[in-house]
Amino acid sequence: MGLSEWLSYRPEDLLMFSLRVYERLFELHNQALWPMQLLALGLGGAMLFALLRPRPWGTRLIAALLAVAWVFVAWAFLWQRYAPINWGIRYVVPLFVLQALLLIALGMLKGGLGLPARWSVPRGLGLALFLHALILHPLMALPAGRGLQGAEVLGLTPDPLAIATLGMAAMASPAQRAWPLLVIPALWCLVSGTTLATLGAAGAWPPLLAVGLALVARLWPRGSPTA
Amino acid sequence: MTHHPHPLSRRTLLGGMLSVAAAASLPPLGALARQPGPQMREVPSTGEPLPLVGLGSWITFNVGEDPLLLEECTAVMAQFFAMGGRMIDSSPMYGSSQATIGHGLEALDAVAQVYAADKIWTSNPAGGPAQVEASRRDWGVPRFDLLQVHNLVAWEANLETLLGMKAAGKVRHVGITTSHGRRHDGVEHIMRDAPLDFVQLTYNVVDREAEQRLLPLARERGIGVIVNRPFRQGRLTERLAREPLPAWAAEIGAESWAQFILKFIISHPAVSCAIPATTRVDHVRENMAAAGTPLPDDALRRRMADHVRAL
Repeated sequence: MGLSEWLSYRPEDLLMFSLRVYERLFELHNQALWPMQLLALGLGGAMLFALLRPRPWGTRLIAALLAVAWVFVAWAFLWQRYAPINWGIRYVVPLFVLQALLLIALGMLKGGLGLPARWSVPRGLGLALFLHALILHPLMALPAGRGLQGAEVLGLTPDPLAIATLGMAAMASPAQRAWPLLVIPALWCLVSGTTLATLGAAGAWPPLLAVGLALVARLWPRGSPTA
Repeated sequence: MTHHPHPLSRRTLLGGMLSVAAAASLPPLGALARQPGPQMREVPSTGEPLPLVGLGSWITFNVGEDPLLLEECTAVMAQFFAMGGRMIDSSPMYGSSQATIGHGLEALDAVAQVYAADKIWTSNPAGGPAQVEASRRDWGVPRFDLLQVHNLVAWEANLETLLGMKAAGKVRHVGITTSHGRRHDGVEHIMRDAPLDFVQLTYNVVDREAEQRLLPLARERGIGVIVNRPFRQGRLTERLAREPLPAWAAEIGAESWAQFILKFIISHPAVSCAIPATTRVDHVRENMAAAGTPLPDDALRRRMADHVRAL
């Protein structure tokens, strides 16, 4: 099929599952993992603490925990739950594993990453993205009428994980290590946001907005000392 | 879809009881009382009669391993079979739809009743037979009744595979598919040259390009026609729901826009079967009922098309 024929399809023509089926994935995922959500939120709180009081060991801890989460989400959510209803996801799983490797290589080895200790626009935007991923994103299930059983929890599901990673990478330095960490989370957020928008879901905007905010933070002039 | 209230009749009551029974306990089909069946039309190449309305599975049956949604799909299939339905259509492209159908067939003990229509969908024709075998295992049927080359993907080699399977008795009918009105030139070319039993395409009261060449050619060549996207994935019925159903629709027993559209489609003499997809038992009942009442003649078909065009 040529490109012109692909472009002649509406986005909704290419979607192969309904919003209800997609939302039920999270309910079943949470049922199967409970009470791991509590552990995930606790580890998310630890990462937030390390972001607020940056130390070299804390930055490496964040990179390590995010790397573990990218592998876990790739296996437990993408492969086990999402791929059966969306065959394209099987091609995304290796990218999640690659992101975990990038986090280890760029965030932990040979000096790793630095995080800003003083107030700055990149730090503010990065923290806002992380806070959204940790607290607000799971709560978005409530106004959507899905209840907490449909909550998307950081570390267990892809969207908040990608947004949190964007937040960390948006404020980190040096730039040549931080930029590669943005690519896969940004791509995921664009795909996920577009999918949700096509499904008519209320939660389509946060992943798309997160990409924009991460880019603004990353491109913002900086010079603050980092830890 | 639009649903108009209608008086409680014995048939309505029976249909409702069947749906509840199917959703609640999913008994074998033999335990369900049969309702008046849909009208049939013969497969041109073999003379086998098939109901004019079948069941699609795009999106609606792609529910993964969700036990609640699997049972809802099984209830849809139970109603479909209880009303005399036979053809269910799927594809390896449709996510978990094939496994969902297999789940329903096993739960309903309906392997003998289903007319199993599936597709081959691979750009690597060497892997075609393995894909068909994986699909067959998902369905849990001994063999497919119909295998189609999905959207003409690698159609020459894949059609050769399917024709070889037919010659070996591994599938009864062979076809090709397209949708959204695309690639009609290619479809026409294949219809002229290949020994097809079926062609699957999009046709409805607003998507009528197939009337120009493909539907007449299908009659001329003795090829059955399966119609996909009868409601444009629900968008057509949603648009028409804002308009009142014309009073003269009652002449053909159409009680909703969905039945109006289906009757237009299946009244074309070249059409063998329309395959609306749904997750709702009441929609199955409505769709199947469209094939159980009188169909429009040519004059009324023109009136139906003119009416919708004017809305």
